[in-house]
Amino acid sequence: MSTPALSIQQLSKIYDNGFVALKGIDLTVERGDFFALLGPNGAGKSTTIGILCSLVTKSSGDVSVMGFNIDRDFGMAKRHLGVVPQEFNFNQFEKVENILINTAGYHGIPRSEAIPRIHHYLKKLGLWDKRDVMSRALSGGMKRRLLIARALVHQPDLLILDEPTAGVDIELRRGMWDFLSEINQQGTTIILTTHYLEEAEALCRNVAIINHGEIIARSSIKDLLATLHTVTFVCDLEKPLSAVPVIDGYECTLTDALSLEVEVDRGQSLNAVFVALSANNVAVTSMRTKTNRLEELFVTLTSSKDAA
Amino acid sequence: MTQLRNYEAQATDFGNPNWVALQTIVRTEIRRFTRIWVQTLIPPAITMTLYFIIFGSLIGQRIGSMNGFDYMAYIVPGLIMMSVITNAYANVSSSFFGAKFGKFIEEMLVSPISNQTILVGYIVGGVARALAVAVIVTGLSLFFTDLRVHNVFAVISIAVLTAVLFSILGLINGIYAKRFDDVSIVPTFVLTPLTYLGGVFFSIELLPSFWASIAQLNPILYVVNAFRFGILGVSDISLVWAYGILISLTLVSYMIALRLLQNGAGVRS
Repeated sequence: MSTPALSIQQLSKIYDNGFVALKGIDLTVERGDFFALLGPNGAGKSTTIGILCSLVTKSSGDVSVMGFNIDRDFGMAKRHLGVVPQEFNFNQFEKVENILINTAGYHGIPRSEAIPRIHHYLKKLGLWDKRDVMSRALSGGMKRRLLIARALVHQPDLLILDEPTAGVDIELRRGMWDFLSEINQQGTTIILTTHYLEEAEALCRNVAIINHGEIIARSSIKDLLATLHTVTFVCDLEKPLSAVPVIDGYECTLTDALSLEVEVDRGQSLNAVFVALSANNVAVTSMRTKTNRLEELFVTLTSSKDAA
Repeated sequence: MTQLRNYEAQATDFGNPNWVALQTIVRTEIRRFTRIWVQTLIPPAITMTLYFIIFGSLIGQRIGSMNGFDYMAYIVPGLIMMSVITNAYANVSSSFFGAKFGKFIEEMLVSPISNQTILVGYIVGGVARALAVAVIVTGLSLFFTDLRVHNVFAVISIAVLTAVLFSILGLINGIYAKRFDDVSIVPTFVLTPLTYLGGVFFSIELLPSFWASIAQLNPILYVVNAFRFGILGVSDISLVWAYGILISLTLVSYMIALRLLQNGAGVRS
């Protein structure tokens, strides 16, 4: 059995001000996986990523990237790791191509070998025409793609993306999804943190949810969604209602005169809802889930932990 | 993509990553100060030209000779070293702090570069600018005095060692700096006074014995006098002492800077 792409054991981090960001987490990500690391703001995602790429010093625990321990095999671990950070952390007064040449150089790739590879990624990510432009002149979406190109220039086996599509328009986001799926299919393990849970649901096979420095859920997305007991549907009504219709076994809420929310437990039939609504002369023109399913589960998990 | 992946494997197996990384840092540093040459190379040339005119030509004529040399010839070595010190320090402190401020220092920190390579890369960048300015200032001084080199080895070795020392000190400043103001505090309140009191414009023989003893605590005095020995063949202090102190300070500051980088001071949380 091959070593996992990422192995985290008993990782903890206590900042100088006493804040406990990670409470001894364990996490394994297998090679070739497309993995989502989810959690609310301040949960410990960025601290975990910071430790992986050595921008944050861990308090205790062990981390290995592709079997290389980040303390003992510092160089090899980093050579296998690519990171797309949340913030634009490139030199704003440097040209796009030079940023990539420098990054390749920092990874020990000579300029002559780096340039064909850089051109490949510039073309692939739609930055070819901007290669001689100062990076500060790029649009937000282009800057995001530059971060991705930079993380890939040394062709890491494990790519970590911290909110890669934040502030990116839908069309561009879809294009980035296709690109990330493509490189994942070619063998690169990807770990993604995102606030767009539909993004995690669309791209990732496995997920871990972190909250208050602890992993509170870890499974395949499919299995996790199977634990979702209740889905809330929003029904758009043809005519306004003044009172909430009573449907036995279902909890209904009227959010406004033309919008009825119905909570449906797993195993319950939607047909019964429509039958009851028809019996009350309530006509439904359209229906949708209130939130993304993963989002619903995420809120349930993180809020129940908070309540506990 | 698969082809590229194989290509990568060859590159990392046979290449020497640290050497390529070092070249990259040095190239980036040199490109930085040459790209903004109006801010980095021209100001010291103008400042030193004013020193030559005011202190050398105008005031110097009234002062007469010092240690057997006319005053202009006497101050030129010190002014060259003043340029080396300030430019080596400023280059590294501002460049390192700029990289921290813009967060692109993280490009290096997430890469498989050793702290030693980062340190050496920044030092070489600082030395390159210091020596470039030294050459410019030396060239300008030829318009004002007839400069002859007494000991080439002393001139080159002292200039390089001084540039290395103050590049390292600049890096330490850059590591600790949290605001742009922090980068200018040491040059303004420490380096400039020490340089003026370090024998650039006078021989410590002119000082009362008590103040001459105090002056010997100033490391810049050794730098200036050793370099003056290389140019003119005269020095207020022993050359052996000068080399000993300069090399010791360089080694100690190198170890401190390396330790700071290893501990992630100022750059890792």
